[in-house]
Amino acid sequence: MVNYAYLIPLFPLAAFVINVFWGRRLKSNSAPVAILAMLGSLAISCLILKEVIAGKTLEQSWEWFKVGRYSFEAGFLVDPLSAMMLCVVTLVGILVEIYSIGYMRGDGRYHLFFAYLSLFIFSMLGLILSNNLIQTYIFWELVGVCSYLLISFWFEKKSAADAGKKAFITNRIGDAGFFLGLSTLFYYLGTANFARISQRLAHHPEGLSQGVLTLAAVLIFCGAVGKSAQFPLHVWLPDAMEGPTPVSALIHAATMVAAGVYLVARSYAVFAAGHLSLEVVSYIGIITSFMAGSIALVQTDIKRILAYSTVSQLGYMMIALGTGGYSAGVFHLMTHAFFKALLFLCAGSVIHACGVQDIRQMGGLFGKMKVTATTCLIGCLAISGVPPLSGFWSKDEILLSVYNSGNRVLYVLTLTVAFMTAFYMFRLLFLTFFGKPREKLHIHKPAPTMDWPLIVLAIFSIFSGFVGSPFLGHAFSHFIYFHPEHVEPNHMVMISSIIVGLAGIALAWVFYILSPGIPAVLAKNFSPVYNLLLNKYWIDEIYDRCIIQPFLRLTKFAFSFDRYLIDGAVNLAGTSCVAVSRVKGWIDKYIVDGLVNLIALVVGALGEVFRRLQTGLIQNYILLIFTGVVVMVFLLRFI
Amino acid sequence: MIPLSHYLILSAILFSIGLYGVFTRRSAVGILLSLEIMLNAVNINFVAFAKFMAPHSLAGQIFVIFTIGVAAASTVVGLAIIVAIYRNYKTIFVDEIDVMKW
Repeated sequence: MVNYAYLIPLFPLAAFVINVFWGRRLKSNSAPVAILAMLGSLAISCLILKEVIAGKTLEQSWEWFKVGRYSFEAGFLVDPLSAMMLCVVTLVGILVEIYSIGYMRGDGRYHLFFAYLSLFIFSMLGLILSNNLIQTYIFWELVGVCSYLLISFWFEKKSAADAGKKAFITNRIGDAGFFLGLSTLFYYLGTANFARISQRLAHHPEGLSQGVLTLAAVLIFCGAVGKSAQFPLHVWLPDAMEGPTPVSALIHAATMVAAGVYLVARSYAVFAAGHLSLEVVSYIGIITSFMAGSIALVQTDIKRILAYSTVSQLGYMMIALGTGGYSAGVFHLMTHAFFKALLFLCAGSVIHACGVQDIRQMGGLFGKMKVTATTCLIGCLAISGVPPLSGFWSKDEILLSVYNSGNRVLYVLTLTVAFMTAFYMFRLLFLTFFGKPREKLHIHKPAPTMDWPLIVLAIFSIFSGFVGSPFLGHAFSHFIYFHPEHVEPNHMVMISSIIVGLAGIALAWVFYILSPGIPAVLAKNFSPVYNLLLNKYWIDEIYDRCIIQPFLRLTKFAFSFDRYLIDGAVNLAGTSCVAVSRVKGWIDKYIVDGLVNLIALVVGALGEVFRRLQTGLIQNYILLIFTGVVVMVFLLRFI
Repeated sequence: MIPLSHYLILSAILFSIGLYGVFTRRSAVGILLSLEIMLNAVNINFVAFAKFMAPHSLAGQIFVIFTIGVAAASTVVGLAIIVAIYRNYKTIFVDEIDVMKW
């Protein structure tokens, strides 16, 4: 079955082609096409996962083209990491597509939405299966394009179009770094193949300076920073909420932000070999995580809270990877995919049902949307790290790896983020579903196709953590194996993680159920902090002031430079050319033409004279001939 | 025996008559007739010179026969042209056919 891995991305690609070219005719049937294709991919992915668990791996590659002594290859790689990711992506993908049937009903570009979703999933699957960095880069860019298409899907709205552009441009900045990184690596190692890179770094590290490896790793990490929305390139992700909610779910869970973490995990050998690169990863991770977590505390847009939560959780994964918790990071990537997709789809249902996004306007929705509320509760419990839900196990492993790294500050900050996560998730839950309705909202029940994906995801959110739990002997970390890690459970860490999670939940309960007046008082008393968080540390404004405005000024300067100097030079050349041609025209007209006319005139005048000879009377001619003959005879005779 | 000069004088007279005819006749047919007279003058010259200069060669006589044949043929062409001209211009007076000038 592993031999057929290349079929997995081909199904969504086929669905994309069908929906793009015949979608208009298919109308509402475009959804089943996409879903069937995903079903095929999911089935193959599951079969492959089963075989990979049994110990099978496969790498196949073909030479793509050759430049000098460098050979570029295309191929696919099936190993535990990719097999696990394939299953997560296809599973989340199919659920999101099913959910979209109800969510996107009646949209004018219904078929196109499914086409884009299919292309998005195709790109992500291709990225996962790539066996070398160059192919990864190609799919990486495809993912970027798809995110652009989907975030600005409702491009009639200016904010959506802007968000799409922002996502794309911010990603491009990271991608430039990624490209430089992979070029560096390719230049020094002569190969872009992951397996060969790891092999070379493990067995023949001679001739490679630490500096080069660190540089390559940090540059590759730039790409991951862009895609996985890490500080300082995280700004696009909250804005990406302008896209349809299923897209947000897909971006946040499976297809986009996971790519960055996946890339770091894939090229982990480079990071491990570089000197400071893992430290860079973990520090960026903690900065991102803490910042995004604290911003999420005060946001009021339901999707933005979730977006910042995603940024924060991605930071978490980066911390794990940075502190050597390879399997912990990947494990959290998997569990997070399930519960974040679940939370986003819940948010989508809520938005779909009441038509607003501000949680202050909601409240008391529990009775009206039982399925949504219950699954949302499960998602919140999972992300807050309440045992025995999936988030607890993965978060515990991350905390363990941070703890084992010996950096106490990092550990405390990570725990703080866990606390904030629990607090803002339950703030969202309480404000949305509990208490009394704050505004009169017309609620219409979500369609069953929107409920079922929630239930499936909720089940996965509950149980997917067990694969990495001590009950199953840490099966996951043995499966996704990079190098021996500390996995013996530390009860202190486990208990502290539970305590901060529950404390966060309790605090949220006190603030938003017990005495709802407290938050306002706090906001008033700590208004500088509150405003700082509400305005997202003014990062957008800082970027605007420090980068965008100077850049715009630069472009304006370049424009005026272009306009006055370059255009001026061109115009000068044009004007002088015209002047020269005027002179030339004069010469042509009066001298050259004059000569020609003169010749014609002379010839004409001569003709005027000599045409008199031509009388047309044949006898004249004969006379002339005769005279001529006589003259000639005389001449011959006497001269 | 008639001397050569007599033949040549006769020939010269005939040629002059023919030339005069070519110059003065208005009718194209007349011009053709005059041309024939000039040709016959030439023929006489041929025969006479042949007789007096190379009595045993027949080249001169044979050349005359050639000339007569070619003259007949050219006359036919000339007449055909005259007929064509007549059809187009309803005249065969050469002073009225002056389309050849400028």
